[in-house]
Amino acid sequence: MSELVLHNRERTTEVSAPAALRNAGVMIGRCLRLSRRDIDTMMTSIMLPVILMLLFVYLFGGAIQTGTKYVTYVVPGVLLLCAGFGASLTATSVSRDMTNGIIDRFRSMDIGGASLLAGHVAASALRNLVSSALVFGVAFLIGFRPNAGALDWLAAVALLALFIVAISWFSASIGLLARSPEAASGFGFLVMFLPYPSSAFVPVNTMPGWIQPFARHQPVTPVIETLRGLLLGTPIGNSGWLAIAWCVAILAGSIILSSVLFRLRTR
Amino acid sequence: MPPYPAIEAIDLRKSYGELLVLAGVSLTVPPGTVYALLGPNGAGKTTTVRILATLLRPDGGRARVAGHDIVAQRRLVRRAISLTGQFAAIDELQTGAENLRMMGRLRGLSGKDVRRRADALLQQFDLVDAGNRRVGTYSGGMRRRLDLAASLVVPPRVLFLDEPTTGLDPRSRLEMWKVVKTLVGSGVTVLLTTQYLEEADQLSDRIAVLDGGRVTAEGTPAELKRSLADQRLDLTLASDVDPSTVAARLGDRVLQSDPTQRLISLATDGEATHIRNLLDEIDPTRTTIERFALRSASLDDVYLSLTGHAAAPQESTRV
Repeated sequence: MSELVLHNRERTTEVSAPAALRNAGVMIGRCLRLSRRDIDTMMTSIMLPVILMLLFVYLFGGAIQTGTKYVTYVVPGVLLLCAGFGASLTATSVSRDMTNGIIDRFRSMDIGGASLLAGHVAASALRNLVSSALVFGVAFLIGFRPNAGALDWLAAVALLALFIVAISWFSASIGLLARSPEAASGFGFLVMFLPYPSSAFVPVNTMPGWIQPFARHQPVTPVIETLRGLLLGTPIGNSGWLAIAWCVAILAGSIILSSVLFRLRTR
Repeated sequence: MPPYPAIEAIDLRKSYGELLVLAGVSLTVPPGTVYALLGPNGAGKTTTVRILATLLRPDGGRARVAGHDIVAQRRLVRRAISLTGQFAAIDELQTGAENLRMMGRLRGLSGKDVRRRADALLQQFDLVDAGNRRVGTYSGGMRRRLDLAASLVVPPRVLFLDEPTTGLDPRSRLEMWKVVKTLVGSGVTVLLTTQYLEEADQLSDRIAVLDGGRVTAEGTPAELKRSLADQRLDLTLASDVDPSTVAARLGDRVLQSDPTQRLISLATDGEATHIRNLLDEIDPTRTTIERFALRSASLDDVYLSLTGHAAAPQESTRV
């Protein structure tokens, strides 16, 4: 009898892969449309990167000695700062879905948490790759001259995309945790601060001694060093593997965390 | 029409920590009918709907919806139901048509069908002109209609409507009623919750009055009105009588009692025979009752007598 019940349960709760893929596809379309129409978010994620870059290059750049033209040094940092911040907006959009009632409709339609979150993350990745392209564009205009081959470019874009996806999925978990979209948006600032104590804007060895270990070993630094290496030909060392390891670890951890949180939130 | 009930719930229980929300709710809804859960805020209406719609697991009891167990066969239940919650579950930044098409795709309709179905629903819910406008520009009534339309992209066997008219102005409410009434002919079973007696009366075949997580009365609107009568008899007891012993003897028949005023209220249809019999039964020695008064009960009185709370005037918060 108990075997029968168990069997029955398994049969009726198994996820059909084509349906999950289709749902994820619909969700990506939805999230892209929503973020395209959310003017505030759109302006922030497009304007902020460009303004920040101009700020660093023209306002601070003259005072910072990095051994290369500052614009060349700083572009990977700005790219990462903005990608991180843009990705962190996923927390707000996930939280909005979780608190405004649409989650009940999706759940009663048997749309899994994975499809919903994948939609948000994929939309975030596309959105931020577009704004990264914009940063590159402006950087070229103000004198950024990388000496990277096609393969280097490909690797750089792939790493950037991996970083964005990892941070987006982590943000999605934060969105599940937050009680309101406003609370979730606060998370963006945390992510935005992470690149400052790293090699993004100034070389780590110019920082106070006590912060250097953190700056050297936090996830942003290897990602930046790798981007810089790929685009400018500086030595990468083991930063490449470290960067990938960090991103994959954050991504895997976030996927597990978010599935647990989703189950807790929707119990 | 299937031979089994569309909804069958047996002794559903749910608590949040110390707070008991459902204390054993049982109900049976025949297929193709409209069933109303009537009750004040906090009565357990939304919790009941969320459990039946598989969004919440009950602590105890069991239920079948469209013939499937709500826990063990959750996915099968979800394929047979639609839910329209208290808050419009649609995207404000998408147009009405886009929202409907999205729901259609999520329900697995193909491209051509999605378009056709969305257009038909816009037509049916009088939203053709607004179809290409963003939902953010809609009025409250339009949102509710779109929200309901979104539940019907693929016609469900069981439709849950959680407070479909709460917060709407009277005109929008009437429009919503009209829409719900047209659904009934299509064979769908509807379970709706409401705080408004009139709404339950207008729309439903049967009503369960929910209060404090229990069903306190159940029946057709006519039966309920009859059992509650439309008159009530207020008895003032003599000062040497203990009102609580009299009330205890009458049990469930007491609508309200107020020991400080030595007042006990009973339902009656107002017929002389009934009143005479009541008085004789309660007071065979003709010493217990000092005074009596007969007054006609309004709909609100009926509600008050059932739930012990006044009917909510309007707006509700989530329960």
